[in-house]
Amino acid sequence: MSARLKTHGRLIDRNAPQRFTFNGRAMIGYAGDTLASALLANDQMLMGRSFKYHRPRGVVGSGAEEPNALVNLGTGATAEPNQRATQTELFDGLQARSQNHWPSLNFDIGILNNYAARFLPAGFYYKTFIHPRAAWKHVFEPIIRQSAGLGPAPTARDADRYEQAYGFCDVLVVGGGIAGLQSALVAAQSGAKVILLEQSPHFGGRAPVDGDVIDGKPAEEWVNTALETLLSLPNVTLRNRCTAVGVYDHGYVLAGERLTDHAPNAELPRQRLWRIRAARTITATGAIERGLSFAGNDIPGVMLASALRDYVVNYGVSAGDRTVLVTNNDDAYLTAIALHEAGLSVPVILDARPSADGPLPSRARSLGLRIETGRGIARVLGGKAVTGVETCLVAGEGAVLEKIDCDAVAMSGGFSPVVHLYSHCGGKVVWDEGAAMFRPDPDRPPWGADGAGMVIAAGAANGHLDAAAALEDAAKAGARAATETGHKVKATKAAKAEARGDSPLTPVWIMPQGAPPKLRAKMWLDYQNDVKVSDVQLAAREGYESVEHTKRYTTLGMATDQGKLSNINGLAVLAESLHKDIPAVGTTTFRPPYTPITLGTLAGEARGEIFQPLRRTPIHAAHEAASAYFEPVGLWRRPYTFPHMGENHAQAVSREVKNTRANVGLLDASTLGKIMVKGPDAGRFLDMLYTGVMSSLPVGKCRYGLMCNEQGFLSDDGVVARLSEDTFLCHTTSGGADRIHAWMEDWLQCEWWDWQVYTANVTEAYAQIAVVGPKARDVLNALGGMDVSREALPFMGWVEGTLGGFPVRIYRISFSGELSYEIATPAGHGMGLWQALSQAGEDFGMMPYGTEALHVMRAEKGFIMIGDETDGTIIPQDLNLSWAISKKKADYLGKRGQMRNHLASEDRWKLAGFETLDGSVIPDGAYILAEGLNANGQGNTQGRVTSTYHSPTLGRGIAMGLIRGGLDRLGDVVAFTNLAGAPIKARVVDPVFYDKEGTRQDV
Amino acid sequence: MSNMMPVSSLNGASFSGYTRIRDIGPLGMISVRAKADVAGLDGAIKAATGCAVPPQRQILRNGDCLAGWMSPDEYLLIMPIGQVDAALDAIAKAMAGQHHLAVDVSGARAVFSIDSHARSVLAKLSPTDFDAMKKGELRRTRLAQVAAAFWLDGDAATVVCFASVAQYVFDLLSHAAAAGTEI
Repeated sequence: MSARLKTHGRLIDRNAPQRFTFNGRAMIGYAGDTLASALLANDQMLMGRSFKYHRPRGVVGSGAEEPNALVNLGTGATAEPNQRATQTELFDGLQARSQNHWPSLNFDIGILNNYAARFLPAGFYYKTFIHPRAAWKHVFEPIIRQSAGLGPAPTARDADRYEQAYGFCDVLVVGGGIAGLQSALVAAQSGAKVILLEQSPHFGGRAPVDGDVIDGKPAEEWVNTALETLLSLPNVTLRNRCTAVGVYDHGYVLAGERLTDHAPNAELPRQRLWRIRAARTITATGAIERGLSFAGNDIPGVMLASALRDYVVNYGVSAGDRTVLVTNNDDAYLTAIALHEAGLSVPVILDARPSADGPLPSRARSLGLRIETGRGIARVLGGKAVTGVETCLVAGEGAVLEKIDCDAVAMSGGFSPVVHLYSHCGGKVVWDEGAAMFRPDPDRPPWGADGAGMVIAAGAANGHLDAAAALEDAAKAGARAATETGHKVKATKAAKAEARGDSPLTPVWIMPQGAPPKLRAKMWLDYQNDVKVSDVQLAAREGYESVEHTKRYTTLGMATDQGKLSNINGLAVLAESLHKDIPAVGTTTFRPPYTPITLGTLAGEARGEIFQPLRRTPIHAAHEAASAYFEPVGLWRRPYTFPHMGENHAQAVSREVKNTRANVGLLDASTLGKIMVKGPDAGRFLDMLYTGVMSSLPVGKCRYGLMCNEQGFLSDDGVVARLSEDTFLCHTTSGGADRIHAWMEDWLQCEWWDWQVYTANVTEAYAQIAVVGPKARDVLNALGGMDVSREALPFMGWVEGTLGGFPVRIYRISFSGELSYEIATPAGHGMGLWQALSQAGEDFGMMPYGTEALHVMRAEKGFIMIGDETDGTIIPQDLNLSWAISKKKADYLGKRGQMRNHLASEDRWKLAGFETLDGSVIPDGAYILAEGLNANGQGNTQGRVTSTYHSPTLGRGIAMGLIRGGLDRLGDVVAFTNLAGAPIKARVVDPVFYDKEGTRQDV
Repeated sequence: MSNMMPVSSLNGASFSGYTRIRDIGPLGMISVRAKADVAGLDGAIKAATGCAVPPQRQILRNGDCLAGWMSPDEYLLIMPIGQVDAALDAIAKAMAGQHHLAVDVSGARAVFSIDSHARSVLAKLSPTDFDAMKKGELRRTRLAQVAAAFWLDGDAATVVCFASVAQYVFDLLSHAAAAGTEI
């Protein structure tokens, strides 16, 4: 039975009880507890079920490495699955539920998988789900989905707030243990700007638990002094509850800060993502203890020795009254000593080594603890809890020597430095034979932008497990980072810890070494993914040699803990099976994030209204007030139509078109790109950019132009107005403004840098409103102030003046075929002018119209639309726009591309109009059928539709499209594909359906 | 000319958290493009704002007017909105015959002030190393997903962005300035 002790518990406040529930059961812990320690204090050792076999599992670790104790936290909008109980701080009102069980944690049907384990070997998925084919969809997948998996994804929208923040420093120190503190002190006292991150709420790491003595004082005192010093320095930022999860190129480090996870507050951000740019990063991330592979090592109550010690010292919690310790090193003796000093029983210490005579074993022996060397565990007894162990010779095959009753097992297979962050960006590790661990290779660090290593490992993370060596190493790391960031290192006295003088460990990968299959099939390597020693050995027998392949075949290390406990043991077993050295097998790739990070934190503020920027015209509010239905155009929102009460969108569009053609319509065209081009070479520049000639355009006039890319493909179109001798205003498509402006600057800055031309993107400086229809002139006259007669302002001309009190520039251009004025006014007047025009138009039946009516009207006129008629593979000639291409000019962008034989071919699909024989509307994206089949047995095609609408003006479906032969095919009847039924017959016609002579726009 | 007063994108909206965010438009803004060594540029900027030609990455102030360096051949002049036309005339006069471009971009921009704690607000949205910022620096950067520029004035800041995303930027700044979230 696990329980709360009367003594110990340096991190808990026994005067601050915290109520929480686990699977609905009310429990009480203390402030300072983790959920795991609080559960243990409530005798809840069983915390979850395993992924594949649904075996009962208890907590194994006490930190980020925990594979078993994953819980669902919260409910509804604050639910979060797969949270490590070991890192979840307890708070009053916490609700936790265990995962991966049905119907209950205590009684789980899925345990049947456990008894079928021999049918679920490594590679089970790959082997089993091949045949019969149909079984995957109907049998296997549904069963796997039901039985596998961790916590359920939340179904409600996340109620929490998140944010991001940017940080910059010379030296980022990851890890607030004694090594991290020491590195930070040295770097900061040398003048470097330092950020120190600690993932837990407390600084100091393991040292206070392990009883290290630094500068003659208990570690905790030294830690407090170091913190005080760091806090007093203006160039230091300390952040606890902040986990660095990834290291990327150019010293970029991501860290997740847990702001209110431990004290929920709906008003405050729950987590914050730090995006830190550091010249040097010191990883003082410590080391993680490894388990040992003996049969039954996953039974609740078997824990890492260091974790058991943490629970006793930090939280005053015991995992059981009688704990058997099994180890291959000296460090674990600290646990036996701590348990003994807490008044708990340690019936035996099983040390796999032939002898144990270091200072710690000697101390344990002097305390009267029984130590058996050369011994290990043959089998752990128990189901949902440990009831005892059977001991054996480590060198043997598991013959039972003795049965010892106990209710917990503390195991230690040595330590693995946390090399994850060092490795994320390419840093390599080397195998340290003596210490049996991979440690960062100082000669192959992740390289920074300056050509030097950008990450420096320090302390235990660098393989220096002893406090004395760790502090010395950390001081060096701090000094090196300071020096490399241009600071002169002050000769400060590094802290000195008492060296412990541990004897070396003896690597033990399987216990006992000659264990038969029956035992090996119960030796867990990866708890979370249920991978056993036997699975890795099977993979090796089946020919898997690469550790990366074995990982994927067996799923070793692929769970949410990324194999923090299992990887080294797993690859050691693989190496043994392959008769290779461990370094020859190597590690799998360490990838970010070090620990999982909530998607909400990555999204930061980008959700809801500010999920993405929404661009609004100066008139947007009027459209909202008019209940416009909006559509996205790039990041703009433009009114698609303005439905009246009781109208559907099609009816509204139809009304808007008819009213504009019969009376007058009003369009917000502010999104249209507007780029000012000025300079002595402006005309020459535009002649290169456009296919036509712009330099000959008289001041006061407008001209339509096409822009192509270098390949000759049509890229943008619009009307150019010449404002003065050396100034042009180029209108672009709404979506093209930024792109075309950048395109212009690219040519001016990189190719024609000696041309005297300046550009300015003034798109948003002006609101632009189109007044369109036969009564448009009447509306402008009603506002008054300017002569907009045909004589004063002819078609394709522009004038400036004051209209109804507003400063405006009016262009006589038309995209609808009607009499049309496009009125530009400074953005700050946009709303005022829109309202004034709306009011003035009331007597003339004016109504606003949206983008769909605009599209329908331009299609009725046969005007092309970039993005409809073009798709990046279309040249102007395809669209019968040769008239807009100058034959006289020596060059323009795209000219040579258009001369390539494929583009110059007469056989290209070209633009034509289409009228369905039955008046229906051709579906979007339809192809024109041709005779025969192609090489793939598909029907041949001879063209496709590019724009297709119901024309309210003509009362029938109209379309533009590309067809082989183009206008040469006039009169032909062709068939368009139709997913909804029989192909649709349509006649090839002139694409100008309405007012072919263009008289209406020129009145 | 017109007698109508232009309105800013958000019409003076404000938000109070651990600091106050305010729409302080409309401000007069002129974008000037010219090479730094072109004759008449110093006279033009002086006439328009009373400021010297701002050095690289700097913004200079003279009363209500400012002159900022935007790029090796671009300057941003800021002034009360009523002075824009006169300033444009003055620039045209001072730079007559010299290759340049000067255009009124007042309506294209939204301007916000952050009354205090500006570094905390902006550090959540912009990849800016404030310790590396020089005094009087005009920082061209981004706020979350859009382009922006700002300059600090002690603990306060002025933020300029495009008018079409004024609401987005106001909402961003408000989110970053929510009470209790100061970094």
